Amino acid sequence: MQIKCTINNRIFVEDIQVDMLLIDFLRHLGFLSVKRGCDTANCGLCTVWIDNKTVLSCSILAVSVNEKHVTTLEGIQDEAIEFGKFIASEGAEQCGYCSPGFIMNVLAMKRELVNPTEDSIKHYLSGNLCRCTGYMGQLRAIKKFLNATRGGCLSESS
Amino acid sequence: MKVVNKGIDKLDAMSLVTGKPVYTDDIAPENCLIVKVLRSPHAYAKILSIIIDKALKVPGIECILTYQDVPQKRFTMAGQSYPEPSPYDRLILDEYVRYVGDPVVIVAGVNVKAVNKALKLIKVNYEVLKPILNMEEAIDNSIVIHSEDDYHLNFDIGNDVKRNLCASGSFKSGNVDEELKSCHVVVDEQYHTKANNQAMMETFSTYTYLDYNGRVNIITSTQIPFHVRRIVAKALDIPKTKVRVIKPRIGGGFGAKQTVVSEIFPAIVTMKTGKPAKMIFNRFETFCASTSRHEMKIRIKLGADKEGNIKAISIYTLSNTGAYGEHGPTTVGLSGHKTMTLYNKASSFKFDYDVVYTNTMSAGAFRGYGATQGAFALESAINELAVKLNMDPIELRQKNLLEEGDIMTTYYGETLTSCNLDNCINKGKELVGWNEKYPYRRISDSKVRSVGVAITMQGSGISGIDMASVQIRLNDDGYYTLLIGATDMGTGCDTILAQMAAECLECNMDQIVVNGVDTDQSPYDSGSYASSTTYITGMSVVKACNKLIEQMIVEASKILIVQKETLEFDGQKIYNSEKSITLDKLAQKLVVGDGNYLMANASHSSLSSPPPFMAGFVEIELDTQTGKIDIIDFFGIVDCGTTINPKLAKIQVEGGIVQGIGMALYEEVSYSTTGKMMNNSFMQYKIPSRLDIGNIHVNFESSYEPTGPFGAKSIGEVVINTPCPAIAHAVYNAVGVNIRSLPITSEKILLSIINSR
Amino acid sequence: MFTLKDYIVPESIEEASQLLNQNRNNVILGGLLWLKMGNKNYNKGIDLSKLGLNTIIENESSIEIGCMVTLRQIEISKVLNTYFNSLLVKSVKNIVGVQFRNCATVGGSVYSRFGFSDLLTALLALDTHVHLFHGGVIPLEEFINMTYKKDILIKIIINKDTRKASYQSHRKSATDLPVLAVAISRYNSHWKISIGARPNKAMIALKSSELLSHRPDQIESACNQAVSEMKFGTNIRGSAEYRRELAKVLIRRGVEEICR
Ligand SMILES: Cc1cc2nc3c(=O)[nH]c(=O)nc-3n(C[C@H](O)[C@H](O)[C@H](O)COP(=O)(O)OP(=O)(O)OC[C@H]3O[C@@H](n4cnc5c(N)ncnc54)[C@H](O)[C@@H]3O)c2cc1C
Ligand code: FES
Ligand code: FES
Repeated sequence: MQIKCTINNRIFVEDIQVDMLLIDFLRHLGFLSVKRGCDTANCGLCTVWIDNKTVLSCSILAVSVNEKHVTTLEGIQDEAIEFGKFIASEGAEQCGYCSPGFIMNVLAMKRELVNPTEDSIKHYLSGNLCRCTGYMGQLRAIKKFLNATRGGCLSESS
Repeated sequence: MKVVNKGIDKLDAMSLVTGKPVYTDDIAPENCLIVKVLRSPHAYAKILSIIIDKALKVPGIECILTYQDVPQKRFTMAGQSYPEPSPYDRLILDEYVRYVGDPVVIVAGVNVKAVNKALKLIKVNYEVLKPILNMEEAIDNSIVIHSEDDYHLNFDIGNDVKRNLCASGSFKSGNVDEELKSCHVVVDEQYHTKANNQAMMETFSTYTYLDYNGRVNIITSTQIPFHVRRIVAKALDIPKTKVRVIKPRIGGGFGAKQTVVSEIFPAIVTMKTGKPAKMIFNRFETFCASTSRHEMKIRIKLGADKEGNIKAISIYTLSNTGAYGEHGPTTVGLSGHKTMTLYNKASSFKFDYDVVYTNTMSAGAFRGYGATQGAFALESAINELAVKLNMDPIELRQKNLLEEGDIMTTYYGETLTSCNLDNCINKGKELVGWNEKYPYRRISDSKVRSVGVAITMQGSGISGIDMASVQIRLNDDGYYTLLIGATDMGTGCDTILAQMAAECLECNMDQIVVNGVDTDQSPYDSGSYASSTTYITGMSVVKACNKLIEQMIVEASKILIVQKETLEFDGQKIYNSEKSITLDKLAQKLVVGDGNYLMANASHSSLSSPPPFMAGFVEIELDTQTGKIDIIDFFGIVDCGTTINPKLAKIQVEGGIVQGIGMALYEEVSYSTTGKMMNNSFMQYKIPSRLDIGNIHVNFESSYEPTGPFGAKSIGEVVINTPCPAIAHAVYNAVGVNIRSLPITSEKILLSIINSR
Repeated sequence: MFTLKDYIVPESIEEASQLLNQNRNNVILGGLLWLKMGNKNYNKGIDLSKLGLNTIIENESSIEIGCMVTLRQIEISKVLNTYFNSLLVKSVKNIVGVQFRNCATVGGSVYSRFGFSDLLTALLALDTHVHLFHGGVIPLEEFINMTYKKDILIKIIINKDTRKASYQSHRKSATDLPVLAVAISRYNSHWKISIGARPNKAMIALKSSELLSHRPDQIESACNQAVSEMKFGTNIRGSAEYRRELAKVLIRRGVEEICR
């Protein structure tokens, strides 16, 4: 089936099998930041945005993004670098395999939540598993990032 | 120190956080054949026939292999130095299948759909055999799991395969039985730890191709590239020269990738078809067709006098290695030797073990490697002993603790050259607020807050066996290339080793280039496991750098025409009071005409394996009506010697503690009555999410290890050991029940409370 | 892995229904999270996303939740955060994560009638009807116990009463499926106790609800009654015995929360 969609601001017209999952479609097109960590929609590694909504690309048919706009980490490199520096300075990317999905969801959170508390940050990100870091370093990075980019809305103790 | 002991960013950080294609599946060519494996639905069966005609006709199918098509030379998939202690009990494909998930047929085709279709069309007739699923029924069962004639052992491991005994052994010092008789108090209990899955986020992934020399190139997510080369060559029955292994970035390992899991299947397909092939395990396979932590039942007898002086420690471990013996003979030893040693003051020790085969998935390596299981048992028993003695569990420990300078009876007679465990305990006690919080405080009708403690040790490499070599080269404009065979699996060892080189060579990090592992290029390294990289490979880096400096001085002395003894190197230049040459100039001169391109090699292995230590303190809130545990705070205080990179070390500790919390509270590989794994996905096998862990706090109380690089020991494994016993202790302190079987579920707690009423 | 031959986005519900009944292997696609884990070979996948069924509508006397509404929409819905002490919001917010809930649909969740379903347990404690294309509007309780007939679940209709409600669940880890889920409501003096993940499908503990409605002071008896009138089972998340103990505690906590 032929679909037309926008991925990271570029238009793609592709003929694909209808049961192809979005994750495989994106990886096939070379958006290799999108990772697969499970078969059951539990890990969050495959997180991308469809029309700016954060979703699991492993659980969506590629054909269903017809006429829609998909964003992967490749499409928001400036923000990835900006936040990525905070992660790196905590050492909170260990193997890094969970990083793209995690960063996509953090950046979605930043757009959706206003001055989130620590609890609401954890709640928003609970679907992003990481087996390496123990999450604490990621949280430190997020807090510093939000503080730096929002002018200190989030207090260290919150 | 300028670079060592600094929180430097990881070299690969920015490419990882921007999602660059650096992992195996990202770099595999599009035209790879897709390889999948048909797996046994039975726990134990003999294959009578395999009908593949229909499957072969599926368009796009290129290769279907059964046990009749593969070499019949037994080997082990355990990534250990040759001669491996693990028995040679595997074939690539065997006439017998020994667990649900054992490979039966290898199928390769041009796309996933074709391969899936072919898999569905294959018919296998089995003679289903009765399996052994319970490890306590294994020894001397009438069912024998390995009855093959070509079963092979490299050396004596106490094996008696006809009795399903993979390995056994014993150790003794003093007379435990006599001592126990005269003890004022004795604890005698059995503790049960379960199989766990390493659950690294990147599943097993490999692709292979033949190069222009007809050699099979294996690009794979592994901790042990050099062992993969040897094992694959042996399994395929080809010379090692025909195999090249390359390790790209890895999405975590934790021991899972210390075993050959996915490599052989695409390699044999490439050998047979001449075409590139790839095999990416899905998560189900990663759970049910790899290796888990060894399930263990550990019986502890522990005796002390009235004053709390521990007199006798006796440990018996029964370990379940599953269908194959990978790491079976070696993991079990740590359950004794890396636990009792903490209480080196005791006068008698005994440690016996049996490792048995069952028809469950093979066990293997997982962070902690037996010490984790032993720590749960012995540390729990110590906490129970404190209760019997009516003594504070911290005081009991400190009274019996090993000390720097001790000869460690139960640790191969090694001398303890660095230890700051006592201060780790003191610090943790203060941070958790032990004096105010021990044993518990009631918060409400249904909530109790309590604290718990455990201590632990691990090793730093395998003494006398692990070896690492390193090469450092001076390049033409004064920067260096560091070639290592140690595998960075996210742990940051490329960065840490570069830090050490930069420290030795007095330069900036950006003057050091580190390459990934390629067995054609990199110097030999046994691999990244057994907490060996910082300690063993690190030492090689130091040696190689020092050699290179010597060589540079020799060359400079020739150019400057001065005595080399007068020269010094400060990172920028080589000089004496009169003359000087910059590194840059020297480097350039050395690659022109009559130059001498400088490369220094060094190898290192260690006769000792100095233990890192850790004290873990937990505060929990326990719901006495549902049994639910909330972790409030976990304090990990670690002595890993000098922290080469404190930032990365901290993340190691946090990550290890969280894995330990998962193991303590809910991680458990369980099997149905027919031997099928019940939790083979992240839906059924839960690892901690960020909502499950409370707050983790890390402190370092470093000692200085004289035999390690810059005083460093190891950190990778010791960090996973304390949560299980510390949480079990907190549960006891809260509600007075001892949970001696992992995981410590709410159900066990509540039902024990009810039963003890 | 499931396979699918064809994919269609119908323009009307009638067309959708016609497509569904054309072939035994045609299937309605919800959020796909459950569907994709199966091994079935489907013919046509029918995507209802163009039918305007992705909204939560507040009427005079009811709240209507379209089948394509996601669990995340429930979570952040103003109306559902206002009514029934946010019962539905609380019931969905532990389910995996935000990205997951942005995908999972109400239609898929309710139609599937999973034993472990948090949402079903919660909806059952309210005055809820389901609107099926063929089956019409029927009480949720009836729908739960019906056989799985091929039909389209168009929307959920909840009577907008002034009911107070409480949601209680026990999970082994924060985002796991529940070991036990309990939803309780009180409307005037009428109590409803719904228990799910026993591990079987959610059910109202009728006698216990009745008992409490007559004797609201008899909380302990109501808890014991609930446990004795329903079947509890064992699966990898917990034993029947533990679930019975949990049920008593969670019911009591729910009732107390409402009475507070
Ligand atoms: C990993 C995981 C964890 C989960 N955890 C929880 C949990 O903790 N608590 C909980 O309550 N739930 C949980 N769920 C269930 C989840 O919330 C959804 O209920 C489930 O995924 C189904 O929703 P869906 O939109 O994905 O439906 P799909 O998977 O698309 O469909 C499911 C079924 O419903 C049918 N269907 C869909 N829409 C309609 C319709 N409008 N009319 C008729 N038939 C329809 C489909 O044909 C299919 O048969 C979990 C699911 C997964 C995969
Ligand atoms: S791959 Fe795990 S949630 Fe999508
Ligand atoms: S860094 Fe490895 S999984 Fe998160």
